[in-house]
Amino acid sequence: MTWFNILIEGALVGGFYALFACGLSLMFGVMKIINLAHGDMAVVAAYIAVFLVPHLHISEVLSFIVVVPIFGLVGYVVQRTLIQKSIDRDPFTTLLVTFGLSVVIENLLLEGYSANGQTVNIGSAAYNSWHPGGIFYLSYVSLVVLATSVVVLGALQFFLSKTGLGRQIRAVADDQEAAELSGTNYRHIFGVAAAIAFATVALAGIAYGMMTQFSPSSGGINLLYAFEAVVVGGIGSLWGTLVGGVALGIAQEFGAHFGPQYQVLGGNILFLLVLAIRPQGLFGKKTALS
Amino acid sequence: MTKLDGVRVDVRRSTNSPALTLAGVGVLVALLTAAPWIFPQGFVSILVNFFVLLIMATMWNLLAGYAGMISIGQQAFVGLGGYGVLYFALKGMSPFAAVPVAVVVGGVIAIPITYLLFRLRGGYFAIATWVVADTAMIIIGTVNFLGGGTGKLVPGFTSLSPSELNHYAYLETWGMAFVVLLGTYLLLRSRMGLALAAIRDNEVAARSMGINVVRARRVIFIVAAAGCAGAGAVLTLSQTYVQPTNEFSLQWAAEMLFVSMIGGLGTIEGPILGCIIFFALQQTLSQQGAWYLVILGSVAMAIALWQPRGLWGAVRDRFGIELLPIGHWVGPLREPKALTETSEE
Repeated sequence: MTWFNILIEGALVGGFYALFACGLSLMFGVMKIINLAHGDMAVVAAYIAVFLVPHLHISEVLSFIVVVPIFGLVGYVVQRTLIQKSIDRDPFTTLLVTFGLSVVIENLLLEGYSANGQTVNIGSAAYNSWHPGGIFYLSYVSLVVLATSVVVLGALQFFLSKTGLGRQIRAVADDQEAAELSGTNYRHIFGVAAAIAFATVALAGIAYGMMTQFSPSSGGINLLYAFEAVVVGGIGSLWGTLVGGVALGIAQEFGAHFGPQYQVLGGNILFLLVLAIRPQGLFGKKTALS
Repeated sequence: MTKLDGVRVDVRRSTNSPALTLAGVGVLVALLTAAPWIFPQGFVSILVNFFVLLIMATMWNLLAGYAGMISIGQQAFVGLGGYGVLYFALKGMSPFAAVPVAVVVGGVIAIPITYLLFRLRGGYFAIATWVVADTAMIIIGTVNFLGGGTGKLVPGFTSLSPSELNHYAYLETWGMAFVVLLGTYLLLRSRMGLALAAIRDNEVAARSMGINVVRARRVIFIVAAAGCAGAGAVLTLSQTYVQPTNEFSLQWAAEMLFVSMIGGLGTIEGPILGCIIFFALQQTLSQQGAWYLVILGSVAMAIALWQPRGLWGAVRDRFGIELLPIGHWVGPLREPKALTETSEE
């Protein structure tokens, strides 16, 4: 039953990684940039859910109702100002600027809220689990997060393929200049894509806070996992990101089977193996490869 | 003296007198070598940290400023350098003798890593370097011989008195910084340096001129890995204790990145100026915890957006000074003022 447990646990964690990673994947697909502060945005969302939302007399479980739209707006503004300005220089500048942003955010949180671990309080729901047949345990939170992740990815896929705005996003992603010639304001489209990315990462951050403790430095390690999920699944494929997240989760659980210190190593080894054997990832195109 | 379009022109390295620069460098080298006997111990230990960061920033500048690679995983090699010293010291070698061995080991380990990482580019390359650093940290943390996750005291220092240890650690650190700076200077003045300047200015054009860009990048990645291993190795001499999360900390990457950006990427002088600013800021703000990183990060972001050639770039554009000239200047015969700089943008 152990192997079955590893698969189930891995799949549940993988759902979370996919939720975390889809914004990263989208921003790379559309703007061809990597936001190195992506993980820190999630942590900021979790801190807002814990420290600011309760002032509005909204329970922490429902904090995403407030935080996610705010992050969508923040994403649009950050994209149209800071990130757009760095893209106008070159992709190199974007990396430097977002890395600077990441370090600034992490240390501001450290100064404001100390390095102590925090959690998004969801009461007893955090400990309840479902154990069909009494063989293995499925925590409700992880199940909800996995379901959320599938719904978000499905909605995003639908939005990108069926709506006018979604088609504009794909047009800009495919050929920015041709989309401009056809009357699309690519800066606005970049803003919309960033808004979606920030909103999903805020959701992921709150989910993370419900599942485990977080601290100002949690952003980096989560960016790492999200990135691994994107590369394993294949750069530029949304469903690939879900598969990559699940594969990563399973590899980590497999590593954890040999001892807690091997959990992250399991994921890293999967990542390096994919890089060595199939660098375009499981479902990827060769866009990010040199 | 060269003929250009039938006109006799003067081609040379520097605008100012090389003899004057050389004399200045000579005085500075003498002063820094004598530092442990002249300055108080507190200042000498600041100098040790200064040189460690200077080595890292110079290496990061080679990577990003010349070869166009952004790595946020150089702490992998800093840690491997530190642990290299521990490993060879545990095997009975003197830690001071283990430093150059650790440098070579760092460079050799980088060779297979380039074959994996060079499959990715841009941001994906950057995060992949971080994955490598994370993996190295985890693997080292599982080796009991090296102290596992809690770390280990480096043996082999007990025969020295504390002041002797400080002096030797300082001298080896300063020696490493000198070798790294001199090596970088000579590298950039060589044929390889010209190739790198061409890649920095326009990669496609460089490739079309027959420069093997991938090979140049590979060489620079290996050199930078060895250099960062050197920084980690000499740091171990003064800290005498190594621990995975400190050795492989992302903070190294943040500091080397900020310092070289603030000072100015793509110049040798930039990281030096950046390090001086960094330590001035750190000494001023040392009571305020993490604020110095907030300020450094913000300044680095502002510089990336508005002054991408850094502070040294601004100084050089304004006054036309070059302390460590690596380009070629073409000017009218025996005119002191340069007209064109060939290897620059």
